[in-house]
Formats: sequence, structure tokens, C-alpha cells
Amino acid sequence: MSRLLLWLPLALFLGFVVTVAVGLRKPVDTTIRSQMIGKPMPDFALAPAVANHPPLAAADLRQGGPRLVNVFASWCAPCKAEAPQLDALKRRGVPIDGIAIRDRSGDVAHFLAEWGDPFERIGADPDSKVQFALGSSGVPETFVVDGRGIIRHQHIGDIRPENVPEILAAWEAAK
Amino acid sequence: MRLSFRAAKRPGHPAGGGGRSGLVRFARDHGLAFIALAIAAPAFAQSSLPPSRYAYTQLEDPRQEAAAKALMETLRCLVCQGQSIADSDADMAGDMRALVRERIRAGERPEAIRRWLVERYGAWVSYKPPVEPLTWPLWAAPVLLLTLGLVLARGRFKRRKRS
Repeated sequence: MSRLLLWLPLALFLGFVVTVAVGLRKPVDTTIRSQMIGKPMPDFALAPAVANHPPLAAADLRQGGPRLVNVFASWCAPCKAEAPQLDALKRRGVPIDGIAIRDRSGDVAHFLAEWGDPFERIGADPDSKVQFALGSSGVPETFVVDGRGIIRHQHIGDIRPENVPEILAAWEAAK
Repeated sequence: MRLSFRAAKRPGHPAGGGGRSGLVRFARDHGLAFIALAIAAPAFAQSSLPPSRYAYTQLEDPRQEAAAKALMETLRCLVCQGQSIADSDADMAGDMRALVRERIRAGERPEAIRRWLVERYGAWVSYKPPVEPLTWPLWAAPVLLLTLGLVLARGRFKRRKRS
């Protein structure tokens, strides 16, 4: 018995080495997913981000049909990259609302004029409060919200052309 | 990209730079590199809006500020993941500090604010690991190891006494 006990520290050490080696080989995933999927949209009522779009409130997302909520900013480069994909989704009949994070009205208007405007409503979130309430950890992010205001899907990062089908499918599934 | 001019390669200049100090020589050799670094735009895009009111301003009540500071040091910055929000200059960390200070100011308890954030981002956002089945080994390990050590030590002392 005590003979076996003598080997215990070495066994523990080897176990530790194996655990670390396995952990090091695993690719690191640092994306922080929102825990709000399947939960109702947190309550909010934002001021309009630009003059020619109505503002966005949580109540606007409980109107019976699924919608996309795109969290974006005029100062965010990947938001420009995903503009054609948002436009494609809009052409497929997907209604899209926007939340502009820490942005100025003039900058948002300029951004929409230059990169395309797929939005129906746009709310201004100047101090990231609604972004925190959503569990969103950056721009851009896109949420699928069903007709009862339940968050169904979160896409983190810019929407690439290959992501369009999965977002379309999530939107269809939320009907 | 590296911009530098080496005196040795220029005609009419003695290699080495004579009696100049190291600092002067370094500045001459790397002067352009310094300028290039100074005017380079940061890779991380940040908003042009000024920081939120309580991002860099302490609360008026020192007791509340102390509570806010203690909480901010145990909340993880979402965009600069190795840092706490107290340590980070990212816009998002500033906004989260403002959120913490405003809620503490309104009388909310620090642990309630932590719970609100964990509900949204998962336990990952907090540097204080929760006691749950997944982390039980983490909390139990020190006790188990200490017990094991005591048992081993007792065995050794007993043997020594007998001999």
C-alpha cells in the first residue's frame, strides 16, 4: 500500500502534464456568447439615431413577425464589410432594425449614405446600455428576434456571404 | 516595416558616429520610425463620442466609490479579455464602469450588479468563480491536498518515532 502511495505524487504530476498538454492543443475560443438566447428582449426605448428613421424600442420587436436587430456603429470597419449581406437579407424580405452604439447622428447618416441603408428603425445607444442588456460584447452583432419579442439567435461578428443562409434559416425558424 | 538610416552606409560619414551618446545615435537612426509610430492610426476602432460621465470620474461618496472599485476589479473587460474593466481604456470598459458606478450610486448592491452581468454574459464576465458543480473540484482541491499532506506527514512522523 505505502509502496503504491509513493508513486502517487508522480502520477498526479503526470496527470497535470497531460491535462495542460491537451489544453494547449485545443484552439482557444474567446467569443462571448449572449446568455439571452431564448429569453425575452430586455425592455428599452432608444432615441432616434438619425432624423429619417423612426427610433427603436423593445415594444417594436413584439409586433408578430420575426426581425433582425443589427448592433452596429459608423466607426466600426467590419460593419461596412457586412453591409452587402444585410442588403441581401433585406431583399429576401427580412425586416432589419439597427442599434447604433456610441455614435453621432451625422456619422450614422454618412455611414448609411456610403454603405447602404437596410434599416427600418434605428435607435441610438450612446452609452452601450442596451448593448450590455442584450449580452452583446462588440460590434457588429446581429440578433434574430421572434414576433413575441423572444431572442432566438445571435450572430457574432460581421455577416459574411456564407453566413447569410444560416441567418435566413434562423429567421424562418422564428416565424 | 522598419525605417532607419545607418550612418555607416552614408558616404562621407565615419562609421560609429564618433563621440555621440547612445541616445542621440538611437534617435538619429530611428527618428523616422518614431514619427511613423506616432502618426499611425490605432488598429482598434473606437467611437468618437466622449467617455460616459462615470467612466473616468469617481463617485462623490467615497464609500460607494470603494464598493464600485472593488466590483470593477473583478469584472472582465469584454473586448480586451485579459483585463478587468478597472484596468482597461477601451470604450466598452469605460461604459461598463459607468454602468457599475451609476447603479451603485442608485443604491444597488455590488453582487446584484454582478448577477445582472453574469445573466447576460455568463460566469466568464466575472473574475470571481461561482460555486457550482463545474467548479467544485477547484474549491475542494486545496482542502483535499492539505488533508493528503497531513496524512502523509503523520505517517512519516510515526515511523520516525518508532525507530
